[in-house]
Amino acid sequence: MNNMLALIHNETLKVLKKKRFYVVMLILVILIPVFTYAQMKIAQNSREKFDQDWRREITQQITDYQNTLGSDRIPEEWKKFRRIMLQQLQYYLDHDVNPNEPNGVTFTRTFMDNSVNLFIPLLVMAIASDIVSSERSTGTIKMLLTRPVRRWKILMSKWLVLMLFTGVVVLMTALLSYLISGAVFGYGGWNFPLFTGFNVSGTNVNVEAVHMLPSWLYLLMQCGLIWFSSIVVAALGFMISVLVRSTAASIVTLMATLIAGTILYNMASAWPTAKYLFMINLKLTDYLAGTPAPVEGMSLLFSLGVLSVWGAAALFIAFRVFTKQDILN
Amino acid sequence: MESEHTLADRPVILSVKQIKKKIGRKWIIHDVSFDVRAGEIFGFLGPNGSGKTTTIRMLVDLIKPTSGHIQVCGYDVNRQPEKALRFVGSIVENPEMYNYLTGWENLEHFARMVPGIDSIRIHEVVNVVGLTRRIHDKVKTYSLGMRQRLGIAQALLVQPKLLILDEPTNGLDPLGIKELRGFIRLLADSGMAVFVSSHLLSEIQLMCDRVAIISNGRVLAVDDVDQLLTGRSQYVIWIAEPLDKALQMLQASEQAKVLEADKAVIDESVLIGLPEHFIITETAPEHISGLNQALTDAGVAVEGIQRVVPTLEQLFLEMTEGGHIE
Repeated sequence: MNNMLALIHNETLKVLKKKRFYVVMLILVILIPVFTYAQMKIAQNSREKFDQDWRREITQQITDYQNTLGSDRIPEEWKKFRRIMLQQLQYYLDHDVNPNEPNGVTFTRTFMDNSVNLFIPLLVMAIASDIVSSERSTGTIKMLLTRPVRRWKILMSKWLVLMLFTGVVVLMTALLSYLISGAVFGYGGWNFPLFTGFNVSGTNVNVEAVHMLPSWLYLLMQCGLIWFSSIVVAALGFMISVLVRSTAASIVTLMATLIAGTILYNMASAWPTAKYLFMINLKLTDYLAGTPAPVEGMSLLFSLGVLSVWGAAALFIAFRVFTKQDILN
Repeated sequence: MESEHTLADRPVILSVKQIKKKIGRKWIIHDVSFDVRAGEIFGFLGPNGSGKTTTIRMLVDLIKPTSGHIQVCGYDVNRQPEKALRFVGSIVENPEMYNYLTGWENLEHFARMVPGIDSIRIHEVVNVVGLTRRIHDKVKTYSLGMRQRLGIAQALLVQPKLLILDEPTNGLDPLGIKELRGFIRLLADSGMAVFVSSHLLSEIQLMCDRVAIISNGRVLAVDDVDQLLTGRSQYVIWIAEPLDKALQMLQASEQAKVLEADKAVIDESVLIGLPEHFIITETAPEHISGLNQALTDAGVAVEGIQRVVPTLEQLFLEMTEGGHIE
C-alpha cells in the first residue's frame, strides 16, 4: 500500500512537472472568454429584441417550433425533437422560470453541456494519451520497469492518477467557466431553480416525474456525469497509449473516433445499433436536461452501462498488454 | 592475478541458463548461458545486432525469454521480478531520464520505487558519481557524460549486487572512459558483480576479468579475458627499409606468417601514423627479437615493430572457422 502511494506520488509529480497539464489549463483560460463573449452578444441581442422580457423570448421560440412542425420539408426526426423541446419550454413558461437566466452558473451549465462530448474528452485525452506512451517514446520506461515493482502496480498508479486528473480537468473547466463568465454575467444564480426528470416517451414528454433542483445541485450532478463519461474516454486513451508508442498517434486515433462520434450522433436515429458505440453515449448530461436521446430506448442507465463496458474492456486490454509485452525499444 | 584462484569460490550472482528468444517468427537468441560471480567484471562482447541488447533486456525483465532461466541471487527474474530486481542496478542502452525533472528529482523518483532509500543515500550516490554541482539542474541541460553519470547514480541507488551497464563508454571522452574504468573496478573490488556489454574488444580487454563472446544470438565462448584474447595469434606490424627485402625474408621464415593487408583485419585506429607500406605477420612474441636480429644482420633497417591485438571481427573469424565452439 505504501508502495502504491509512492508510485502515485511519482506519477502525479510527472504530470504536474510536464508542461502538458498547464497547456490544457491555458486552453481553458483562452477559450472560455471567447465563449463568454459570444454568449454576452447573444444575450444583448435578445434583450434588445424582446425588451428585457424573457417570457416573450420563450414564447417566440415556442411559436418558431410550432411553425416548423407544420412544414413538410422538415424531416420527421427533427420534428420529434422539436415537439419535445416545445413541451419543455412550455413547462418552464407555465412555472414562470427562465431556463436561460443569464448568470455565471447558467453559463457554466450550458458550457458544460456543450463540452461533454468533444471538448472535455479532448482535454482529458491530452493527458491520457501521454501517460504511458511518453515513457516509451522517451525511453524512460526502461528505467521504470527495471525497478523491483510489478508492472501492473506501475500501470495501476498511472490509471489512478489519470482518474484524479480527469476529475481535476472537469472541475477546472466548471470553475474557470464560472469565474470567467461570472465577471460578465454576475456570480449569482446558485439557488436558481431548474427542472429535471423530463421523461421522454415517444413524442410526448411525461412531466409527472419532473422536479425542481437548485442550480448548484444540478451543476454538481452534471460534473459527476461528465467525470464518469470522461473517465471512460480516459480509459480508452489509456489503452491506446499502451498500444501505440507515439503520443501523437494515440491522440489522433482517439480524436478521430470522437469526431466520428459527433457526426454519427446526428445520424444515429436511422441506425439503432449505433447506441452501443461509446461515442453516442457520452452526452450523459442530456438525460439530466431532458434532451431526447439520439436513439429511442436509450436511458441514463443504458448509457452508463454501455460506457462501463467500454471502459472496463479498455482497461482490461491495457493491463493485459502492458504486463505481458516485451519492451523492445 | 591472484583472484583467479578464488573466483570460482565466490557466489554466483547472475545465472543465465540456456535462454532462447523468438520475436515474430525469427529466433533472435539461440542459446545463451553464463554465470556472473560476485566481485568480477564480466564483459559481454559482440558486434551490433548480435543479440547483446536483447539479452540484457531479458536480464532485467523488459523482455521475457521464450525458454530458459535467468536468476539473480537465486530469484527468477521473470517469475519474481520484484525480488530479483531488488539486487540489480542497470542502464539499458542510453541512460534516459525524465528531461523535465532535475537530476535530484529523477533520483528521488526512482528511490521512491524501492523501500528504504532515503535522501542520505541519494546524497551518497550523487557524490560517488561526482554530480553534486549540477544535481539540481534540469536533466535536459545535461551533457551525455552527465546523463551517463546520473544513470549510474540511479543504478547504484539500490546498493545492487549486480550492476548491468550496456555500452557504458558510449558518448564519453577518453578521459571519461578511463575514469569509468577505474570506477567500475572500484565497485567490483567492493564485491559487486558488474556486467558490461561492448562491441569494442579493446574496451573489454581493458575493463573485464571474464568475457562472453556473442554472435548471431549464440555465445561462442566464455572465458577469462587473458585466456581468450591474449592467448590468440599475435599480429606484428613491421616497418622496414628496404621493404621488399624484409618481405622476402619474413616470407622465407617459418616463425612468421605474412598476411595480406586486407585479410588481417586490424583496427583502423592502430594504423594511424604508420607509413603507407608495411608488413603484417602472425608471429609469436618470443620470435620477434630473433627475426629482428636476422633482418638487421641482412642489412635491413628495421624502423618499427608493433604488436597489435586482433580485432573482434578477426577473433570471430578464428572462433567460427577453427571450430572453436559451435
